[in-house]
Amino acid sequence: MNPDKFLSDLSQIYPAERFLTQPAQLTPYESDALTAYRVRPLAVVLPVTQNEVIETVRLCGRYQIPFVARGSGTSLSGGSLPVEGGIVIALNRLDRILRIDPENRIAVVEAGVVNLDVSAAAQPYGLYYAPDPSSQPICTIGGNLAFNSGGAHCLKFGMTSNHVLGIKAVLPDGEVVQLGDESLEGIGPDLVGLFVGSEGLFGIALEVILRLMPKPEIFKTVLASYSSLEGAGNAVSQVVASGLLPGAMEMMDELAIQAAEAAVQANYPPGATALLIVEIDGEKNQVEEEFEQLMGVIESSGAQEIRVAQDDADRARIWKGRKSAFSAVGRLSPDYIVQDGVVPRSRLGETLAEIERLSKQYNVRVANVFHAGDGNLHPLILYDGREAGSLERAEEIAGDIIHICIQSEGSITGEHGVGMEKRAYLPQMFNEVEMNTMRQLYNVIDPQKISNRGKMFLDIDSIFLNNGGAIYDQ
Amino acid sequence: MINRKPASVSEVQAFVKEAPRIFSHGAGTKTALTVSVDGVTTLDMTLISGLQEYEPEEFTFTALAGTRIVDVNQALSQNGQYLPFDPPLVEHGATLGGTVAAGLSGPGRYRYGGVRDFLLGVSYVNSSGELVRGGGKVVKNAAGFDLAKLMIGSLGTLGVIVELTFKVFPAPELFSTLQLDFDTLVDALQALQQASVSHLDIDAIEMAPTESGFGVWIRIGGSAKTMPARIDRLYKMYNQGEILNGSDEEIIWQQLREFNWVPGGWSLIKLPMTHGRILALEGEVKRESMLRRYSCAGQIGWLAVKESPESIEPVIVKQGLYGLVILGSSERLRLGEYPSVSFYSRVKTALDPINRFVEV
Repeated sequence: MNPDKFLSDLSQIYPAERFLTQPAQLTPYESDALTAYRVRPLAVVLPVTQNEVIETVRLCGRYQIPFVARGSGTSLSGGSLPVEGGIVIALNRLDRILRIDPENRIAVVEAGVVNLDVSAAAQPYGLYYAPDPSSQPICTIGGNLAFNSGGAHCLKFGMTSNHVLGIKAVLPDGEVVQLGDESLEGIGPDLVGLFVGSEGLFGIALEVILRLMPKPEIFKTVLASYSSLEGAGNAVSQVVASGLLPGAMEMMDELAIQAAEAAVQANYPPGATALLIVEIDGEKNQVEEEFEQLMGVIESSGAQEIRVAQDDADRARIWKGRKSAFSAVGRLSPDYIVQDGVVPRSRLGETLAEIERLSKQYNVRVANVFHAGDGNLHPLILYDGREAGSLERAEEIAGDIIHICIQSEGSITGEHGVGMEKRAYLPQMFNEVEMNTMRQLYNVIDPQKISNRGKMFLDIDSIFLNNGGAIYDQ
Repeated sequence: MINRKPASVSEVQAFVKEAPRIFSHGAGTKTALTVSVDGVTTLDMTLISGLQEYEPEEFTFTALAGTRIVDVNQALSQNGQYLPFDPPLVEHGATLGGTVAAGLSGPGRYRYGGVRDFLLGVSYVNSSGELVRGGGKVVKNAAGFDLAKLMIGSLGTLGVIVELTFKVFPAPELFSTLQLDFDTLVDALQALQQASVSHLDIDAIEMAPTESGFGVWIRIGGSAKTMPARIDRLYKMYNQGEILNGSDEEIIWQQLREFNWVPGGWSLIKLPMTHGRILALEGEVKRESMLRRYSCAGQIGWLAVKESPESIEPVIVKQGLYGLVILGSSERLRLGEYPSVSFYSRVKTALDPINRFVEV
């Protein structure tokens, strides 16, 4: 392993302006949206073709240099954090939309294409790409795929993995594979489903076949405020019990509401302790009838104030507040940790009460923004990194919240992935046999452990030793 | 050959540990996929059965793999819910585990997605006889590698599925279908596309060759109150066709779901399709000994053949297609050239290094 020789070979693949080694050039790539972690990579390369990516991966394999593929760096779990002594392959310029095929309702795109750009390209055909993580104006399909991103519509429409039909990928050892194909239904085993959410450990997706859906004809959105989180939580249960299938059900607590209001003037009802947003989408006649039914439920749910979006601009305003909540909370505090554990929906009320209790116990402010439809929590734990012990306290409360999710048979992560951040908790959700199964898969796909090494598994070194080698042992 | 019929999950584990070669199956409704091979221990999983957890307000349930879907459907419908991927061969006795292992969805999968979109979690017995959980029990989960997805269409080659968790949705109150006839395939495909990019919330879109051309069936589901206006709107999109309701309507979809259109003794092959592949294939196969149905707006091809499935493999290969024999019998079940073979073999090595689970 000779980094200088490696870098010199690497520089043969890229022109100087797409081969970054100067400290000032590397700084933007040292971290992603999980800013508590920071690692300076050896170099950053900016491929514009799939072949450049393949050549780079093969070169890394020859020199056993770890690499991290990165899109826009919006990972909240530290999924695109560089590896010490490794390189970053930044894919934003591998961003061609190769084909929109309305006949088969698919889009074929390269990994660096921005999520929202897929929908923009499909729009002339009345189609769109359904998964909508809050970062969708900037996050890339490759990153969405690696971490199985979600969004606000997962109960009805599923996660990224439900919208990826085919993947052309370069595996960590340089083999190029095609998983799945253009058809909506393949023949198993569902290898595409395995690859999605593998957090970059299985290599790099180069080209992705996405399923497009017809754009719902209309959306009807209602916003209701409540004097307690419990009240809003009960309303969610009543909506579900009424037999409706809303496209989205979102909740925010007082702190999150205040932050969103201050940041984007969403015009939320003043003084609300909890907000509930419910949206029904689909064919006009059906939506109108369902919305009437929904209003019946909301009106008898003890809401303080109910606002129905009157037009698209109104609806956009309601959503803007919700979607900007994370960054808005950033205005309240210099630093924060976002958790994204999942509990069964019926446990939401008690879980929120417990988070509130923990917040008081630790004297740490927690803002809650979450997907109530699918039980996906997003407690934003506020801390000040300059204050001694502050991060540790925040991490402690985050751990307590994750334990609640595990105990209630939920999940430690609904959509952000394990990344760096939740590696210690994965073995608490899955037992040793299950962890071993995942390690075995990891071993056969990346025996050298060079692809996004250190993510998902905390015990990377022991995995490696189990695999019978000692390449990194120096 | 040894046939075993475990009565508990721990018995499944014990049988797996003692047998060097294993093949597991459910009720045997996918006849071609229920093979018996010399020297292989067969596990009949139908006693590993029963609904374990079902909380309607969670939109999820967990059941043992041998549970018959007809029993699940009954429990769900009592709460106004259903399995939106519309599992096939239900009336024939299909089990949850068999349906997942075969990776099959019915015509209704058009609306919200297939079996891969509704399976949330799985427990299976691995080749060491250990119980492994993959995925989860909640509707949203991104933790770890998604082992549940791997079981879909695995045909039992990666483990013996013992328990499954699914997402369910509120069921439509009733259905209505527009039946259309077209002289040419191009017109029929055009009609499929028109429906599939429209704003209408369509439940299923089916196409099949008829005596005089091609038939298209478009089904919508929803509330009784809005149905007349909605089916009228669908009709006006084409300004032709016949609207079917009630039992006339239901029988069309039942036939498709149950594969009752496949003549006795014939074999049935599933092929992943696109519109382009349909055009190519239809140009090739105008033979009386081959019946075709195209499901899910032309995304799934069902080919019923009188002779042995291998005999039509050259046609499949020529078109660059690949397929799986579902009903009947065949020397080889996988026809044509599969993508992802090398990736699959890595997965197989990881999960079943001793090759205990028989490949079919």
